[in-house]
Amino acid sequence: MTELSSTTDSNADRKELLKFNGVGKWYGNFCALWDINLTVHKGERVVVCGPSGSGKSTMIRCVNLLESYEAGEILIDGSPIKNDPKSMQVIRRRVGMVFQNFNLFPHVTVLQNLMLGPIRNLKVSKKEAEETAMHYLEKVRIAEQAKKYPSQLSGGQQQRVAIARSLCMHPEAMLFDEPTSALDPEMISGVLDIMVELAEGGMTMMVVTHEMGFAKQVADTMVFMDHGEIVEVAPPAEFFTKPKSDRTELFLSQILQH
Amino acid sequence: MNETRLPPPAEKVRRVTNLDIAIIASVIAILVFIYYRVEHVLVYNWNWGLIFEYVIRIDEATGDILPNLFLKGVAMTLRLAFWGTLIAAVIGIVMGLCRVSNNLFLKIGSRLYVELIRNIPPVVFIFVFYFFISSQIIPLLGLDNIEKTFSPTTLAVMRVLFGPTELFTNFLAGLICLAVFEGAYITEIVRAGIQAIGKGQWEAARAIGLSRYHVLRDVIMPQALKTILPPLAGQFITLVKDSSIVSLISVQELTFLTQDVSNTTTHFFEAWIVTAALYFMMCFPLAVLFQRFERSGMGMQKH
Ligand SMILES: Nc1ncnc2c1ncn2[C@@H]1O[C@H](COP(=O)(O)OP(=O)(O)OP(=O)(O)O)[C@@H](O)[C@H]1O
Ligand SMILES: [Mg+2]
Repeated sequence: MTELSSTTDSNADRKELLKFNGVGKWYGNFCALWDINLTVHKGERVVVCGPSGSGKSTMIRCVNLLESYEAGEILIDGSPIKNDPKSMQVIRRRVGMVFQNFNLFPHVTVLQNLMLGPIRNLKVSKKEAEETAMHYLEKVRIAEQAKKYPSQLSGGQQQRVAIARSLCMHPEAMLFDEPTSALDPEMISGVLDIMVELAEGGMTMMVVTHEMGFAKQVADTMVFMDHGEIVEVAPPAEFFTKPKSDRTELFLSQILQH
Repeated sequence: MNETRLPPPAEKVRRVTNLDIAIIASVIAILVFIYYRVEHVLVYNWNWGLIFEYVIRIDEATGDILPNLFLKGVAMTLRLAFWGTLIAAVIGIVMGLCRVSNNLFLKIGSRLYVELIRNIPPVVFIFVFYFFISSQIIPLLGLDNIEKTFSPTTLAVMRVLFGPTELFTNFLAGLICLAVFEGAYITEIVRAGIQAIGKGQWEAARAIGLSRYHVLRDVIMPQALKTILPPLAGQFITLVKDSSIVSLISVQELTFLTQDVSNTTTHFFEAWIVTAALYFMMCFPLAVLFQRFERSGMGMQKH
């Protein structure tokens, strides 16, 4: 625990990779995000939690512009992320995303799922794309399934493929939106193991999850959201033992009961 | 797993029930009644031989067997159907993409196109549009009397592809009408096919940085095609049948030529029965063929 909080302290001399500056988003009159301010340093692992509908998904989806936002800005390496098609392609190359429902492309093989992004966006050759793909498939321990179609894989395997697909773009940061929520319990650890390895490898990560065990293990920073706002940002040692906000405490008591 | 655990053999139920007997009896009764009406009440003088001469005729000078009006009509209908489907498919795909586009102008334009055509009777549409095409579009494209500019070989190929050269402009007008008309229905098929693909596929494709073009080309369309192809095949059959409406603007396809035959011979029944049979012979095999394809997954690799 002490070791984890010391990591957070060392953020001071790390480079700021992602920075939310007063981000706000509305669906009509409904405010989904309000005044989001958050800094994610290079190599930092941020775990986001909060009740359903609190805006966790919306917040991380703003980073790679799967959602647009009306107020504020998000900076990457100090420069604002613009929303013209060209900049969108660039930000999506630099920041990968893993979804709750894997969203693999069902009409092509696992290998082709991984090769598509690099070939189209990074403009690498087929051969190079295939080598990269096989490299990451080995990393997620699924290389022998390369020639199969997604539907022939278990949920856990599919999610590992989805992680590998993101990694093939050589992203500087990865966003995870409840990556284990759609999995059968026995599949969860396989996916979490991969994510722990990624974290240990120094990947900058923003993870929305209810897996508090994972959070305690890898998080440098915990973020608690409610009603579209960030209620609390704290290193896990503090977050789990002496949360500042009552809402955080209530949420944690509910979630840790299970 | 225990390999000997086979499912019980399926029992084939093929018993004739009372209902079957009742149905067969009423069908026979109806046929007998029709025969009676035609033979004894209508007093119609059947002459099938005369009509069949309009299907194929034997050239008196050379003894060659030549296609006559009916078969020429079939050929023209097939040309209309073939080119019509190609053009309508292109229109349908382009307009279908416009329907799901983010661009408001494209969205409204394509919607307007579809709604206009779906809410006007085909006959009315054909007359309005034909006038517009033949008097405006074809001269504008410089396609009137275009046949005079071709070499003999080109003309021979053109004859196979588009029918008699002297009717080329007329054929083209009919073809464009038909394609624009059917294109609206294909637009809706394409739109439905694209919209059937889940939001997650769009997001995953965008999240790996694909441009909108590549999202559609590499991820959405290949999947949508599986949903699109069966109704598209059905629409092709519909197009074969709908092609009869261009007879109204004197395109010399099957229906138009049948009117000719029935007027000159005054043997309406035979002429139209032959035509009905010819349409059926064009459409039914297609229907069976498409069903086959559909069952084998449209011939696409599944896994
Ligand atoms: N397309 C939309 N239109 C209207 N409201 C939306 C839309 N998408 C999300 N919302 C609303 O925005 C709020 C935040 O949604 P979001 O998906 O970010 O929540 P979340 O914290 O990820 O919840 P969960 O844990 O259930 O995934 C919710 O109240 C949701 O109802
Ligand atoms: Mg969510």
